[in-house]
Amino acid sequence: MLRAIVTVIGRDQVGIIAAVCALLSEHQVNVLDISQTVLQEYFSMIMLVDCSDCSVPFAQLAERLRAAGEERSLDVRIQREDIFNAMHRV
Amino acid sequence: MINTHEILDTIHMIDQEHLDIRTITMGVSLLDCAHPDPKEACRRIYDRICQRAERLVPVGEAIEMEYGIPIVNKRISVTPIALVAGCSETEDYTPFAEAMDRAADACGVNFIGGFSALVHKGFTTGDRRLIRAIPTALAATERVCSSVNVASSKAGINMDAVAAMGRAIKETAALTADAGGMGCAKLVVFANAVEDNPFMAGAFHGVGEAECAIHVGVSGPGVVHHALKKIPGASFDEVAETVKRTAFRITRMGQLVGMEASSRLGVPFGIVDLSLAPTPAVGDSVARILEEMGLEVCGGHGTTAALALLNDAVKKGGVMASSHVGGLSGAFIPVSEDEGMIAAVRSGALSLDKLEAMTCVCSVGLDMIAVPGDTPAETISAIIADEAAVGMVNSKTTAVRIIPAPGKSVGDTVVFGGLLGSAPVMPVHPGSAAVFVSRGGRIPAPLHSLKN
Repeated sequence: MLRAIVTVIGRDQVGIIAAVCALLSEHQVNVLDISQTVLQEYFSMIMLVDCSDCSVPFAQLAERLRAAGEERSLDVRIQREDIFNAMHRV
Repeated sequence: MINTHEILDTIHMIDQEHLDIRTITMGVSLLDCAHPDPKEACRRIYDRICQRAERLVPVGEAIEMEYGIPIVNKRISVTPIALVAGCSETEDYTPFAEAMDRAADACGVNFIGGFSALVHKGFTTGDRRLIRAIPTALAATERVCSSVNVASSKAGINMDAVAAMGRAIKETAALTADAGGMGCAKLVVFANAVEDNPFMAGAFHGVGEAECAIHVGVSGPGVVHHALKKIPGASFDEVAETVKRTAFRITRMGQLVGMEASSRLGVPFGIVDLSLAPTPAVGDSVARILEEMGLEVCGGHGTTAALALLNDAVKKGGVMASSHVGGLSGAFIPVSEDEGMIAAVRSGALSLDKLEAMTCVCSVGLDMIAVPGDTPAETISAIIADEAAVGMVNSKTTAVRIIPAPGKSVGDTVVFGGLLGSAPVMPVHPGSAAVFVSRGGRIPAPLHSLKN
């Protein structure tokens, strides 16, 4: 399993989750867990996803997510989960 | 699953606090590239570097993208060239530097280290030829870095080498005068040089190393600064704990990236260098960390103590986070590469003498310091001798990377650009050391070097 974390940060608006999930499903990326908070108008969503069956290389997926986010003035990124484990778990 | 707060914390460190991997450095042994025909030796050197480091940059970029962590530099270090070139029948070692430069260009790395000689006890013929070639080699190449180890705690200080390096630095500055003496920014004079240093300009691949190894240099002064900002007025116990916790996290990331690079490149993992390496960017400064501890300005009284705490806590936090720690490991205090240091020198608060004291408690030495262009070679040699004495007696690495900026005097600024930043020209003491330096010979190793 190739686990990665998708983070979406920016101003809250209608359809953020739908847009990101649609893009992920288009590329055969399975969502394992979602958590989302809105602080004042500031939206942050974190998804744990499995990219093992992803239809495009990781770099391409990252670029498409970033571009999709940019259209809505959101900061969307995907990173391998290991980096967070390394930094926050002994 | 990792919680939201931790994930956002990491992203904040990368986006706002300049958290990055400063360098992935591939060490490459060139020992078996020696050949009596210098042309053949250069061909072998070029081929060997290109063959080993071909995939270094693409692999580094892939890791950078997948983990979302910037890897600022991908670099190469090689066996000290004096050891390889010594076998060749030639007086001129500049072509060896040119071969390194071409290979670095072909591999897409910005610096290659190892135009080096280890002369702490004495010179071989190859060492002498290499030192003679340093000024022309640094002027003729773009990416080559040079270092010379002139002292060690075991052997003492080779004062003939110290004198020679003062002259080499002056000559390098003269040959690269158009660029503000830029060549000197790529030349380091060491005491107790380490064999697995991933940081430039002092990196070389030591003779005790394997054929090839991956070393990682982490960074993160901004992250430490930010962590300390959250605990104003706290006791030093708490300051040390906070630095340790932060260093642990930064190092874990370095370890992860190093292991990943090593497995993708099929090259053994060497070490993580636990250094806080500043950049000229605002918010990425070691000086500002010291000021956050409560000093009005870096360079005032209390600076050495603050740096001692920082340096020690970084090591303690980092050492458990990595399987192998090495390199220089500590806090760097390069003047031109640190926004806070530059400001402190400009304001007159930070002097060369205070910097010398600071080097007693941190990882390297007088680093990226510009002095007036008319500083005599003997004075530069004497500065080197002082630093080498600090390193020799305290059994630590010290270094001098000094730029006698051609045509500049105190108050002027030399601009190098990029990560090398810009340096205000600092005054040196006017008293001559010419007679002292001209004595030559070797300053004996201290008594406590006899540990067996």
